[in-house]
Amino acid sequence: MIPASLTSIRTLDQATILQFLDLGQSIKSNPSAYQGALKGKTILQFFVENSTRTRMSFESATRKLGGTSIAFVSGTSSLSKGETLLDTIRTIQQNGIDAIVMRHSSSGSPELIAKTTKISVINAGDGSHEHPTQALLDAFTMAEKWGLHFKQTNPFAKKTILILGDTLHSRVARSNIHLLTRLGARVFVSGPSTLTIKNFELFPKVEWVAFPDKILGEVDAVMALRIQLERQAQGLIPSKEEYRHFWGLTSERAKKLRNGACVLHPGPMNRGVEVDPEVADSPQSLVLKQVENGVYVRMAVLSKLLGGLES
Amino acid sequence: MILIRNGHVLDPSQKRDEMADVLIENGTIKAIGKPGEFNSLSVKETFDAAKMLICPGFIDVHVHLREPGFEHKETVLTGSKAAIAGGFTSIAVMANTSPVNDQAIVTKYILEKGREADLARIFAIGAVTKGQKGEELAQIGMMAEAGIVAISDDGMPVMNSALMRRAMEYATMFNLPVISHAEDLNLSQGAPMTEGKVSSLLGYAGNPNASEEIMVSREIALARATGARVHIAHLSTREGVLLVKRAKEQGLKVTAEVTPHHLMMNELSFLNGEQACVHHQTKTDYKMAPPLRSEKDQEALIEALQSGVIDMIASDHAPHGCVDKEVEFELAANGILGLQTTVALMLGLVADRKLSLQRMVEALTVKPAELLGLKNLGTLKVGAMADIVVIDQNLPWQLHAEDLVSRSRNSPFLGRKFQGKVLKTMVGGVWK
Repeated sequence: MIPASLTSIRTLDQATILQFLDLGQSIKSNPSAYQGALKGKTILQFFVENSTRTRMSFESATRKLGGTSIAFVSGTSSLSKGETLLDTIRTIQQNGIDAIVMRHSSSGSPELIAKTTKISVINAGDGSHEHPTQALLDAFTMAEKWGLHFKQTNPFAKKTILILGDTLHSRVARSNIHLLTRLGARVFVSGPSTLTIKNFELFPKVEWVAFPDKILGEVDAVMALRIQLERQAQGLIPSKEEYRHFWGLTSERAKKLRNGACVLHPGPMNRGVEVDPEVADSPQSLVLKQVENGVYVRMAVLSKLLGGLES
Repeated sequence: MILIRNGHVLDPSQKRDEMADVLIENGTIKAIGKPGEFNSLSVKETFDAAKMLICPGFIDVHVHLREPGFEHKETVLTGSKAAIAGGFTSIAVMANTSPVNDQAIVTKYILEKGREADLARIFAIGAVTKGQKGEELAQIGMMAEAGIVAISDDGMPVMNSALMRRAMEYATMFNLPVISHAEDLNLSQGAPMTEGKVSSLLGYAGNPNASEEIMVSREIALARATGARVHIAHLSTREGVLLVKRAKEQGLKVTAEVTPHHLMMNELSFLNGEQACVHHQTKTDYKMAPPLRSEKDQEALIEALQSGVIDMIASDHAPHGCVDKEVEFELAANGILGLQTTVALMLGLVADRKLSLQRMVEALTVKPAELLGLKNLGTLKVGAMADIVVIDQNLPWQLHAEDLVSRSRNSPFLGRKFQGKVLKTMVGGVWK
């Protein structure tokens, strides 16, 4: 069943995930057939944390479906202006909004809004919690590369994927762990112990290796995560040089990958830290495809949630 | 004279656990005798307590009443009402008001408000440092003259070990216990929940058990060095339990309390507890400091309470309004209500045979009275204050928001069904 809101991958079953992804493939193969799907609908891009790529992607998706996009952009929380988040949303709701695309620095905020208002909420990243559409577009992009479709269950059953880097603070990693395992993939996580999710007990099965080198030859895809440069000042890594030395996707490491294995990054990239420029620009890299497919996947999510379309 | 007849009198201070009649005169306990023993006396009032539990009025050593300064959350009056409704006849209030209770004039103000309310007995806990800033000692001695019963910076723990050492040395002159909210702030870094499987799953920063272990360890070391009486507030970890156990075995003057919420819930309650949380839809009523820990910690706390390693139960009653709670989880204020739910929650532990009724009552009467040096309270000995709570252990009830007499509504137990309720509370021979 398609939920009213998309706040996390964790709470979705495989069938729902497959529906989103399958519709995304249909839209990509024939975008013009969907151009009226959001006709008369207004989507608020509510970004209470800096973001350009995700917001642009959602705005583009909204317009391609014939919907109207309104932006509410603020670098700070509502509370700093003396208004609570709930009051801000209640106010916004009165402007005739059909859905809110929400980016917020506090984990769980989209769920809070989805529960306390009647409005449809799409989580565009909440704290270190989840970024569901990013995980959807990642899976979409890998499937496209591998020539897979989403008509049957467990499409990634024979695939092994490595998530490399700061999983502790990564909403992209959390959403992907849930999504990739739901689709049947084997998932490895690698990164410094100071930047790795502390406890996987409530997650689906993932395997952690401190250093990626010994498993690089076994994986079908590597997803390098962005390393925030302030992690050094926070005492979590000694330096970006040491990070690159052990966990960077360098050209040397990329050579250990199998033929046909692909490289992903949610962006923005720190070239020369978590990924070398030669790797980011190599034929293995799906980085720009991820951005392109993000629009189709978000079109699929918006049309499904707002009830306009069946695939 | 007032006669309470046919009740089950449970008073751990004199190891009394039997059917008995209690005779009250001039606000004190006049006599306790066999059922019917006082029937020939002419009394002003007789209360038939058949099938009811009669205990010394309960004492809560850890309460926040918010006055002065945060009267939108709670006042001494509304908090006193909550105390009476929950069976507490004496409560000690923490110093984190505005202004902070760091000097005698604030102490006197709070105590005066307590007398005006004329419900529960209000005792004040003074700050350790001025403004609870952890920089200079508060005027501990003059507050002691004004009547404080302990010192604590509670949620603003003194991070400077040298300063804490001086505070303990100084407090011994006034025989005041030092109450410590044991949290290494450098390690917990403001994390909104315990570090564990739920924080990992949901992407919240985690407050590790080690932040408590380190500070409990430090307080014990300082208790050893200074000879001070040290009381560990709201113990939440199994590691903390082990440290307190060892300190007691070594004969140090270390005591500890535990809250009902750490005994009844764990980190999973936040994940699964959506139904119980009917008032604040934000689930922030599962946010408190220290945070709810793992199931293993919860089990260790229950065992330690039963065995006596943890001396007493304290509610850490912490009222907050919607403004403080209906916000993002990370921004929400710490703490939940406790005064009206503590007894019912603890009776649940008793019904589950995890805690004996005798230990429960001891942990709510004698032990807190000893800590705060309260003479003639927490006991039904002849001559003691006639502070009495009457409980129906079998009465089923459900907690609704409108039942809360506190000014705030931040309880994760709203909607919960209980068995066992406080029926009446007497303070100084007067039903309140």
